[in-house]
Amino acid sequence: MSTELERYHILSVLVQNRPGVLARVAGLFARRDFNIYSLAVAPAEDDGFSRITIVVDVESTPLEQITKQLFKLIEVVKISELDPRRSVERELLLATVRANPDQRGQVIELVNVFEGKILAVGTDAVTVSLDGYPAQLDDFEALLAGYGIVELQRTGRVALPKLDREARLRAVNNPGKAG
Amino acid sequence: MKLTGAQALIKSLELEGTEVIFGLPGGCILPAYDPLLDSPIRHILVRHEQGAGHMAEGYAHVTGRPGVAMVTSGPAATNMVTPLMDAYMDSIPMVCITGQVSTGAIGTDAFQECDTVGITRSCTKHNELVMRPEDLPLAIRQAFHIATTGRPGPTLVDVPKDVLQNSMEWHWPTDQEVADSLPGYRPNMKGHGRMIKEAAKLILAAERPVLYVGGGILKARAAEALRELAELTGIHVVTTLMARGAFPDDHPLCLGMPGMHGNAAATTAMQRSDLLIALGARFDDRITGKVAGFAPQAKVIHVDIDPAEQGKVRRPDVPIVGDCRLVVEELIRVIRSMRSAGTEQADTGAWRSTISGWRELFPVAYEPSQPGEALKPQFCMEQLRDHAPEGTILVSGVGQHQMWASQYWNFTEPYSWVNSGGLGTMGFSVPAAIGAKVGRPDRTVWAVDGDGCFQMTAQELVTASVERIPVKVAILNNSYLGMVRQWQEMFYDERYSEVYLSPELPDFVKWAEAMGCVGIRVDSPEEVQPAIDKANAVDDRPVVVDFRVDAREKVFPMVPAGCSNDELILPHFQNKEQLA
Repeated sequence: MSTELERYHILSVLVQNRPGVLARVAGLFARRDFNIYSLAVAPAEDDGFSRITIVVDVESTPLEQITKQLFKLIEVVKISELDPRRSVERELLLATVRANPDQRGQVIELVNVFEGKILAVGTDAVTVSLDGYPAQLDDFEALLAGYGIVELQRTGRVALPKLDREARLRAVNNPGKAG
Repeated sequence: MKLTGAQALIKSLELEGTEVIFGLPGGCILPAYDPLLDSPIRHILVRHEQGAGHMAEGYAHVTGRPGVAMVTSGPAATNMVTPLMDAYMDSIPMVCITGQVSTGAIGTDAFQECDTVGITRSCTKHNELVMRPEDLPLAIRQAFHIATTGRPGPTLVDVPKDVLQNSMEWHWPTDQEVADSLPGYRPNMKGHGRMIKEAAKLILAAERPVLYVGGGILKARAAEALRELAELTGIHVVTTLMARGAFPDDHPLCLGMPGMHGNAAATTAMQRSDLLIALGARFDDRITGKVAGFAPQAKVIHVDIDPAEQGKVRRPDVPIVGDCRLVVEELIRVIRSMRSAGTEQADTGAWRSTISGWRELFPVAYEPSQPGEALKPQFCMEQLRDHAPEGTILVSGVGQHQMWASQYWNFTEPYSWVNSGGLGTMGFSVPAAIGAKVGRPDRTVWAVDGDGCFQMTAQELVTASVERIPVKVAILNNSYLGMVRQWQEMFYDERYSEVYLSPELPDFVKWAEAMGCVGIRVDSPEEVQPAIDKANAVDDRPVVVDFRVDAREKVFPMVPAGCSNDELILPHFQNKEQLA
């Protein structure tokens, strides 16, 4: 686990939401031979900005060089490195798993144990979902594999910094406005 | 005020201070060429779009102002890729306008359509496709702002034909609006105070310091500050290929060019130093040789406006992100105040005398030809240097002639040297010289070229003749791709593969004359000076001098690729043991 913490770092990158910005980020990683482990992107809290959560492999390239090169992109406004111990992370998994009527009950039980959801049931397969910590999803995926995974899609992780105690209280007192 | 997008584009370029555009019209950019007729901006009609790009670069090199190129869509845009990449590698401010198919046709594989912003994304500092005419002025302002601030570089604005044709309400964005539109772009100009103090301490404590000066000093207009720092501290200066002229070659502290073909004193001084003060330099592989073996005992102070250069190749002990001029000026102030507070500079006497010894023993040198022997290219360079009018700007292509130009010229002022350093673009010199002459019409501009390079972009001499831009071109013609030949001789057992051009074809004199130039051929040493004098006397048209030189000459010293700088190879008549 500690090796994974050392190898993969989470960058939360705030960018201007403009055409081609994702291509710029992806192109930079390709051009500089940096490795992306996962990437998730969607509009951020302010109009005109998006937040990209990138999990980068820092085994081959120092993180510092990755962030500096990223920051040279004109549309990149802010980069935060999220320490997994000081951030909240989530990921969503969808999977279609083989489950004939005999096995269906076992699969459903497994989903319930993980507090996942059954999204669709077919004659010999079910589609399930789970959101949670990436490590939890890894465990879930490994257990589903025993039944035979037909198709699987994970979103890649998204993350935000953990609020410290004071910020948590502030957030509760001003529920309408964060920060 | 209602304007068409085309009118707004030209007006925006005027307001940005554009005095000349290098370009070539075509279908999609056509609407922009109409208001250009009524504009005070001079347009120079090139024969190939690549020429327009290199001209814009040459212009920017010598003036410090952004060069502007304008071409149409598709093949014109792809022809611009090489100059854009060249400008990106050498941090040259340049703005390129490309036409694009109409907005409705984008993505349909229309005639002369290509994904220009996609193709040029990794060879520009920034690029933009403008989809509405009202967005044009801001896009142009952003392009100039980004090209000229921070680490300079090329920008590109891609404009669909209907965006040029449709009308808009004119609005010229304020500086504040430009800044607000670029929330992620805030170059750091002023160095960190504590880091500058740390640097000053290291400088005063170093016994074997070297100022390692790169092109960033020129971009920051910091040559004067550099000279003050060098003289204040008595530290020797090496000027990289991109920084030739940033510190005068005839200054007692100047060591000249280090690196793969640098002189032995400059390369070895860096290698044995205990402190490298890198100013606007990027630890290029042509400077460092094998990185693991580079300057093993040196601490490093690295001043660069681009934070990503810090630690990219060599981890600095003191990183300083900022504009070279501001940082060097501050460094001078801090060193002065530390000295007046009683801090003494370490004794560098032994180091300085070691360096003097190397300089005396290892000048850049060649064996002059004996009577009846073939003409030596180095001799041509020396003659060109000795007979060039005061203030001549030297431009070069890429290869052996480029190295000889850098080695044998005597650079005495900044912005008098134009070359393609990072990308190594053969064919750079003729168009870049034309751009330089347009930017500095008061100066003599000599291009030094190889016969291989010349054949890549020579057609732009037609442009020069027609536009009355009297540049001079010296071809060091050895009928070979000389640098490749040198590597094949030294590292591939003299197996010459596809490097022999032709001693007979083309006839450079006839070709020059066909393009409206004066053409002169030189075969023997006695003819060299008269030909140069004749060329210098021509001021109403371009001149091409075809120097037929000895193909066996190689560039020395040389550090073979991938080797440590300790492994440099000297010419056979110099004794490396004396470097110890």
